Amino acid sequence: MSTYYASLFAEAGILLLGALSVYIILATGQLSLGNAAFMAIGAYLSSYLTVELGMPITPALIVSAIAAGTIGVIVGFPALRLKGIYLAMATLGFGEMIRSFFINFPAMGGSGGFHGMAHISVGYIWAWAGGILVVLILVERSRVWLEMQAVHDDETAAGLVGLNTVAIKVGAFGIGAAVAAISGGLFAHHHVYIEPANFGFERSIDFVLATILGGSTLGLGSLIGAILLVFLPEFLRPIADWRLAAFGTLLILVLLVRRQGIVDRTLLRGLTFRKAAS
Amino acid sequence: MLWQQLVNGLTLGAIYTLLALSFSIVMGILGILNLAIAELFMIGGYFGFTLIAANFPLPVAVLGGMAGAAIAAMVIERIGYQPLRGTPVVTPMLSTLGFSIILQNVATNLWGSDPLQMPDEYLGRQYTLGPVNIGQMQLIVVGATIVLVTLIAYTVQRTTIGRALRAVAENREVSRLLGVSADRLTLFAFALSGALAGVAGVLIALHYGAITPYLGVEIGLKAVAVMVIGGTTNIWGALLAGPLIGVVEVLTVAYGGSQVRDFVVYGFMILILLLRPQGLLGGARSDQGQRV
Repeated sequence: MSTYYASLFAEAGILLLGALSVYIILATGQLSLGNAAFMAIGAYLSSYLTVELGMPITPALIVSAIAAGTIGVIVGFPALRLKGIYLAMATLGFGEMIRSFFINFPAMGGSGGFHGMAHISVGYIWAWAGGILVVLILVERSRVWLEMQAVHDDETAAGLVGLNTVAIKVGAFGIGAAVAAISGGLFAHHHVYIEPANFGFERSIDFVLATILGGSTLGLGSLIGAILLVFLPEFLRPIADWRLAAFGTLLILVLLVRRQGIVDRTLLRGLTFRKAAS
Repeated sequence: MLWQQLVNGLTLGAIYTLLALSFSIVMGILGILNLAIAELFMIGGYFGFTLIAANFPLPVAVLGGMAGAAIAAMVIERIGYQPLRGTPVVTPMLSTLGFSIILQNVATNLWGSDPLQMPDEYLGRQYTLGPVNIGQMQLIVVGATIVLVTLIAYTVQRTTIGRALRAVAENREVSRLLGVSADRLTLFAFALSGALAGVAGVLIALHYGAITPYLGVEIGLKAVAVMVIGGTTNIWGALLAGPLIGVVEVLTVAYGGSQVRDFVVYGFMILILLLRPQGLLGGARSDQGQRV
């Protein structure tokens, strides 16, 4: 595997985690357009821990995930008051605020960026990405996930049957933020240089794109979406300049024709059934 | 110094007012956030710029930017909104996001990602009024904004189509029963908001004397904050919030450092969303509806 392809695989792993962070929050019916903020927190905190304090990468990632998760919970509480596009607007604002904060944070380089991190391997990135994906797929078979689905489908009804909707929604925000932070920490140690511009609105949009395109009803969808977003441009070389327009068009098509995204449960069942029959 | 900053802030505020009006026409009537408006603003600016570079007079350039953005907005309505009506409000917002990605990519490919400079004669003359320097372009920006806002106010409040718009905003089904063609009005609302965004784009190009494809993300998105601060269900909130945010932003740049301003503006928006979701000028009724 050439360095070039290794780097693409690394990007896909990082994007997968970002997409999952959106997916987990979306599973409770909340759309966040500001997950790049949690990614930024993870990237900056883990870099500080490894570079300035000499911590090894794995504990640094865990500490950043816990810190970002806590911030996610803190953000999750006021987010309870908002729904739909109002929540989307608020999270968009939060994302821009955090980006702006890091520009004005000279201790970590401000707008000049921060460097000095040790490079990590693709295998390490995918150990995290794959591990989190597997855990999530297992969780999707659990009762907790059913409760999240219930909140997604009808929050009032879920509350009436005795589910703790507050804990579920805020918890989803916290877990989503933690996953985004790991994505950020891996991003920082893969690129070995970060600047606030890495974590703007476009990054949050990439996450949402991967989730919605791949499949927003299934964790596996984020994997398909992330791979699509990273590798499709490679097959579209002749029209490389237009790849974003192609993604925009694809997004609109998916929303018009197949709102649940490319993979969903029915498709998955169809595939496994055929395999069993042959 | 302070007066000069106020004048600059009001010019920027005029552009925010137009853009926030553009967002809130669609939001107030259809309850959806058209994220593509940020990029319609940018593309309108490029249309106007291209016409100016081709030596057309200024009014033609303004009309060109307006028409181009309005047509793009109508395409967005037909493809990205109409088929998705009746889905959760987040779905049409995502499809407009698809269009904004396309528009930005098209602009980057057609005009390049580097900023383009306006021809020199468009830097205009400066008038000195006591301690304040006012550029000719600033006067044009503020003047055009006042004319447009008056026109919009007249259209919405006094004409048949304006009444129909307000009726649809109030209750789509009942107004259809009473003979209002809701589909055609939706198209009209998109076109109107696109036209406003397009003009705002041409005006910002005149004000800064330059244009980049990143205008939409840098300035256009902030108009979402301006709309929220003014009040999403009251389109006149933009008249207060636009100049307010323009002045606040210019003052934070002058006295607090250039990059704190986004922090301040978006922070203000989040506070408003949480504490006074109907916005500064929102009425009592507006707190219900789509938010809950």
